Amino acid sequence: MTEPLSFERSRPGLAGPRLPEAGVESTVEIPSHLRRSQALDLPRLSEPEIMRHYSRLASLNYSISENFYPLGSCTMKYNPVVNEVLGQLDGFANLHPYQDDATAQGALELIWNLERALCEIVGVDRVTLQPAAGAHGEWTALRIIQAYHRSRGDDRDVVIVPDSAHGTNPASAALCGFKVVEVRSGADGRVDLADLKSKLNARVAALMLTNPNTLGLFERDILSVAEAVHGAGGRLYYDGANLNALMGVCRPGDMGFDAVHLNLHKTFTAPHGGGGPGAGPVGVKSELVPFLPGPLVERAPSGSFSLAPSGPQSIGRVRSFVGNFGVMVRAYAYIVAMGGDGLAQASEDAILSANYLRAQVSELLDVPHPGPCMHEFVASARTLSSQGIRALDLAKGLLERGFYAPTIYFPLIVPEAVMIEPTETETKATMDAFVAALAELVELSRTDPDRLHADPVSLPVGRLDEVAAARRPVLRWRPEERPA
Amino acid sequence: MLGRLGAESIDDLLVDVPPRLRLPALGLPAGRSEFETVAQISALAARNRVFADRLCFIGGGVYRRFIPAAVAAVTSKPEFYTAYTPYQPEASQGTLQSIYEFQTLIAQLTGMDAANASLYDGATALAEAAMMATVVTGRHEVLVAGRIHPEYLEVLRTYAGGRGILVREQGELGELTAAVIFQQPDFLGLLENAPELTERAHQAGALAVACVDPISLALLAPPGQYGADIAVGEGQQLGLALSYGGPHVGFIACREELIRRLPGRLVGQALDGRGRRGFTLTLTAREQHIRREKATSNICTNHSLCALAASVYLTYMGPDGLRQVAEVSATRAHALAERLQGVPGVTAAFPGRPFLYEFPLRIDPERLRAADLNRRGILAGLDVGRWYPDLEGVYTFCCTEVNDPAAIDELVVALGSPLS
Repeated sequence: MTEPLSFERSRPGLAGPRLPEAGVESTVEIPSHLRRSQALDLPRLSEPEIMRHYSRLASLNYSISENFYPLGSCTMKYNPVVNEVLGQLDGFANLHPYQDDATAQGALELIWNLERALCEIVGVDRVTLQPAAGAHGEWTALRIIQAYHRSRGDDRDVVIVPDSAHGTNPASAALCGFKVVEVRSGADGRVDLADLKSKLNARVAALMLTNPNTLGLFERDILSVAEAVHGAGGRLYYDGANLNALMGVCRPGDMGFDAVHLNLHKTFTAPHGGGGPGAGPVGVKSELVPFLPGPLVERAPSGSFSLAPSGPQSIGRVRSFVGNFGVMVRAYAYIVAMGGDGLAQASEDAILSANYLRAQVSELLDVPHPGPCMHEFVASARTLSSQGIRALDLAKGLLERGFYAPTIYFPLIVPEAVMIEPTETETKATMDAFVAALAELVELSRTDPDRLHADPVSLPVGRLDEVAAARRPVLRWRPEERPA
Repeated sequence: MLGRLGAESIDDLLVDVPPRLRLPALGLPAGRSEFETVAQISALAARNRVFADRLCFIGGGVYRRFIPAAVAAVTSKPEFYTAYTPYQPEASQGTLQSIYEFQTLIAQLTGMDAANASLYDGATALAEAAMMATVVTGRHEVLVAGRIHPEYLEVLRTYAGGRGILVREQGELGELTAAVIFQQPDFLGLLENAPELTERAHQAGALAVACVDPISLALLAPPGQYGADIAVGEGQQLGLALSYGGPHVGFIACREELIRRLPGRLVGQALDGRGRRGFTLTLTAREQHIRREKATSNICTNHSLCALAASVYLTYMGPDGLRQVAEVSATRAHALAERLQGVPGVTAAFPGRPFLYEFPLRIDPERLRAADLNRRGILAGLDVGRWYPDLEGVYTFCCTEVNDPAAIDELVVALGSPLS
């Protein structure tokens, strides 16, 4: 089952939609060398054809609205439908970013309230909501730390990253011009404190850490880690990918983190949209506040809100306007509905679900690091390798059985990694059904591994030849492909 | 479930958290019902003043335009908006194909060889293009020609600052120049001599980076026509609400030779074992999850749902619709400009400079005060002097297909109000 491209469905000669006429007389003069010389070639389709085209495309997608997404590190929780309604309210959707602050008081108050709530949840003093995504927030936080050091005449040029870190961590550090040094994980899956201490010196600007880490384990030495990094003059950056384990349980700010990034699209239920838009706010402790990108929302004693320009030490803007405001509305609605009690319950339920699933999965696959885990855990498919079955085969087998695949081959420190995060919004019945599917696959790996290699067979396409696709990339349709 | 784990309470699962870190409770209000949540959030929305579409003459990078109902009908399908980044292609063909179509639409519109799956916004797209140019050329300066969006310039400086790249706003092109960056039309709405800027860049061995308005490309020469190397822009006008500035969508497109230097996601065609065509994320060897600190960028997502909206919009409009949108906007803007210049105390800020549908006027501040536009429900006249000191007293206006002739009359009458 496939759907032709809109360009392939195009009907040459079909007139465009009815649109307003100018209704006024005037001449628009465009110098000839600035004018388009060739006719623009876009699809020509009627509205019914367009609606059917996209309805068919929609039917080719897996989504959280349909079933379970056990995608470790991605926190695929249910997206409350009411938040979509609220994000599209006229008062938000039709607000121009260059309206006077006096005419945007509701939006500014929402941003202020959201910032206050996030400060409380993670234990920091101020938050910028400007970064548009998680990686954008990481980079923003590192720029802030870099500016802080530079303001003290300290040209620290090294960032330490655990070997279990997300790939965005070293990439964000490199984008700031930092050299990246890796710190080892110990046998228990946590940062090896001795290795860390051996790498700390006056060149280290920051340690980037997620806690719980990417194995889903709480860094129980976190206070010693923070002490060591601070002792060497470095700052601690918190990668918020795994914050879903911590709301109301404990706070990165209290652990000693100086800059904290968050994902509104993970922890705070803004939908992922098939890969964005998200939002990656960054919270900091008071000593880093002068370096935040501006503008920030300020509240006057009179209670009115304004966008305050950033000060001289600010790193400058990281995005146009206030950031992804529509995403902020959804996240704020979630926080209001959940309340402090509900957020804590969500994190506790996420931890319970993960441990429940971990116990079941560890009877089927190797789970190399001892628990309990926090909101996720990492299994390994290496015990199936004697049958020639890899993590990829398990992933595709799960797709065939109606589940999305866990994150595979990450973190890099676990061979044949299968990283599973159930979130608090899945029921026991759903998790049991997932375990049953996984059990079937493990059984198949013994009895009929070839069948597993063939999966998926009933999805819109089977396994794609990604190597060939990358060797001779075809990234677009071309008009020459149109039948004569 | 606790029983299955042999645990008595959640505390048994939190043994690794040092007790002194445990939080007794969050200092936030208790949860609320959906009804109360809606009431609370709606009250905030109601505290914003929304100006009627037809009376919104303000642009500055974000524009009121007609959005066909089909756009929201598609983007509100949960199969699209609740899906994750399409890591597993067999279960993500809807998202992947829609991105492939977006890449094609942007490539067609800009006249470039290839486009990526989208970026966060126009500002970050421009900054990414500049960083890409420094890598491609091995040079460490970029020259900004003319008036680009001041917030884009600020974002560019933030990106450049971390990497020791110099952003210059004046001076000559030289051996250190990696790129000449310009905006067409510029921030004020005026047309730049894009072909000449491109040629000058190339003569100095630099890349030409064009930041373009996608609607304008129905009429104006696309960057591919004058040989630009990288084209970027903001796609908000393609079916996205103002939303106080976001989420919107950035795009980036380039020449064939530069494809492997592009930041962000790319979707490509691939075949399955039975020879069926499918789509998948490709050229991932550029990206952070493979390359880590050697990646072309740290970006690991895009603005997929916004790109989908833009694709539906462009497909709905087709070539004729897009041209009509651009022509109607330009015709009305020229009519408005002529009539406003008939008002005493209002003059063209740059007489004779061609523009499309946004333009700058020099206005006596007394005149604006007397007009009291906001009180009349009119949003018009963006004070660009707040960014450019040499443009104090200059305001930009724009027209689109939503500003009907009667709305133009209202604005002209308002600005022509007698001075008290």
